[in-house]
Amino acid sequence: MNMIEGHMTFEPSADIPVWDVDPYAEDVLIDPAPYYAELRARGPLVYIPKWSVLASGRYEETRDIFSDHSRFVSSRGVGLNDFKYGEPWRPPSIILEVDPPDHTKTRKVMARALSPKAIAGLKEEFRRTAEMIIEQLIERESFEAIADLAEAFPVAVFPKAVGMVDSDRRRLVDYGAMVFNALGPDNKFRRDAMAMAPDIVPWITGACTRDRLTKGGLGALIYAAADDGEVTEAEAAMLVRSFLSAGVDTTVTGIGSALWCLASNPGEYEKLKADASLARPCFEEVLRFTSPVHTFARTANQDTEVAGLRVAEGTKILCALASANLDPQKWGDPEIFRVDRKPVGHMAFGAGIHGCVGQNLARLELEAVLTVLAETVERVEFAGEAVWRPNNAIHALDRMPLRFIAR
Amino acid sequence: MTKIIFISSDGNETAVEAADGDNVMRAALANDVDGIVAECGGSMMCATCHCYVDEAWTDAVGARADGEEDMLESAACEVRPTSRLSCQIRIRPELDGLIIHLPESQT
Ligand code: HEM
Ligand code: FES
Repeated sequence: MNMIEGHMTFEPSADIPVWDVDPYAEDVLIDPAPYYAELRARGPLVYIPKWSVLASGRYEETRDIFSDHSRFVSSRGVGLNDFKYGEPWRPPSIILEVDPPDHTKTRKVMARALSPKAIAGLKEEFRRTAEMIIEQLIERESFEAIADLAEAFPVAVFPKAVGMVDSDRRRLVDYGAMVFNALGPDNKFRRDAMAMAPDIVPWITGACTRDRLTKGGLGALIYAAADDGEVTEAEAAMLVRSFLSAGVDTTVTGIGSALWCLASNPGEYEKLKADASLARPCFEEVLRFTSPVHTFARTANQDTEVAGLRVAEGTKILCALASANLDPQKWGDPEIFRVDRKPVGHMAFGAGIHGCVGQNLARLELEAVLTVLAETVERVEFAGEAVWRPNNAIHALDRMPLRFIAR
Repeated sequence: MTKIIFISSDGNETAVEAADGDNVMRAALANDVDGIVAECGGSMMCATCHCYVDEAWTDAVGARADGEEDMLESAACEVRPTSRLSCQIRIRPELDGLIIHLPESQT
């Protein structure tokens, strides 16, 4: 048995096109659109010899794979490593990297804590914080939008919503980036991420213990499920940590990308200003257009087929969510950003039983930011070049100088 | 194909043909039936696909999914014994002719 990146190598079925490309090369991660276009053009599935994986980039098949948790499992890892054959770098996530029935149990606890009703009470606080931050930025000639807004906002509201007493902006943001980089191959992004783990992981673990959380937060709701015997104390601690691995860097990216979309499309910003109730649909379009999480993998748990092509048990499939979100077959004119498109069915939050459990919270955050923006800012302008940051699973801006002109 | 009949809160009826294995939420969206929003796309996170299963069909449709009860609490309209999240109702041949009543609003 030959292994590569912790999974078995395999010979693809002869009718699957072979493409000698590295989806994890720095230039692809920075500007992935040409890779996605060619991935879709070559076929519903493509074999990538460099990592011995299949990749799926068309909407239909990507959605089908993601929606079918019985054939395409998460328990063998949603990155390149196959947990069947090796120890993962950290204990697998007990929500992201498990299948039913284990998943059903933890998912229920998390979904209850993050339901629209459970988080509705956070709305006012989110709005006040957005007002405070944006008001200060309007005063300035220009600012660094990733640090000063995209990071500042979630770091101000999210740990507090969880009920954390400790807060450390750098570690909170880097934790997510680290976990997501770890899903890729052993390239420099993954190695750099792993090097940060000894500093970040113990801090996160300490900050998520029961005694470091206030009574009224989301974290306390998870520990309450431990009191009720639904999950163990150790499981509760892991679930609270998953708020931080999955919920900070992703929303930072969402806010940064939303600002980038609006600065690049002033006409669309005009529409948002004219009708601030477009804030929510606008975020859906930002998600479709930019896909903060660009790729997650699944593993075939049986010999099966996708679009009539044979897929053997043990095959890793890279599901390029970002590519599915740009598939012209599905969207008609995917390269156009339209705040009122209402792209129901986009894949940015995944699909099926693992579909993002934090999506309501992400929407609430972005609704606050985009509403306050529309109400108080006349124009959003670039004040320098926007630079993207390579990451094995997240497509995010690294820096973006902006200017807000007051309304 | 299996026939599903949607009845809106003001009595409008729409009959659609849906593929077995799909779900009632997707059948509604695919046929432009108003009254289903489905913000989360079927991941049981939003409750904007809330519907009422016609009394005559509740046995055939079966019980709520694990966790569905919790999410129904977020529904905009009154939750009744017949309330379901339509993304959790899988279409199968026994449901041919299924009648689904839609709530007044989802948000
Ligand atoms: C714009 C922001 C966000 C994006 C783009 C995003 C994206 C995703 C995606 C694509 C998945 C599916 C993973 C899979 O199927 O393998 C997912 C799952 C998940 N997300 Fe998010 N997410 C965001 C915000 C959040 C927030 C704010 C939280 C926490 C409060 C969160 C917590 C989670 C968790 C715990 C899972 C695993 C769910 C499961 O496996 O059942 N996410 N997210
Ligand atoms: S579509 Fe969101 S709960 Fe059914």
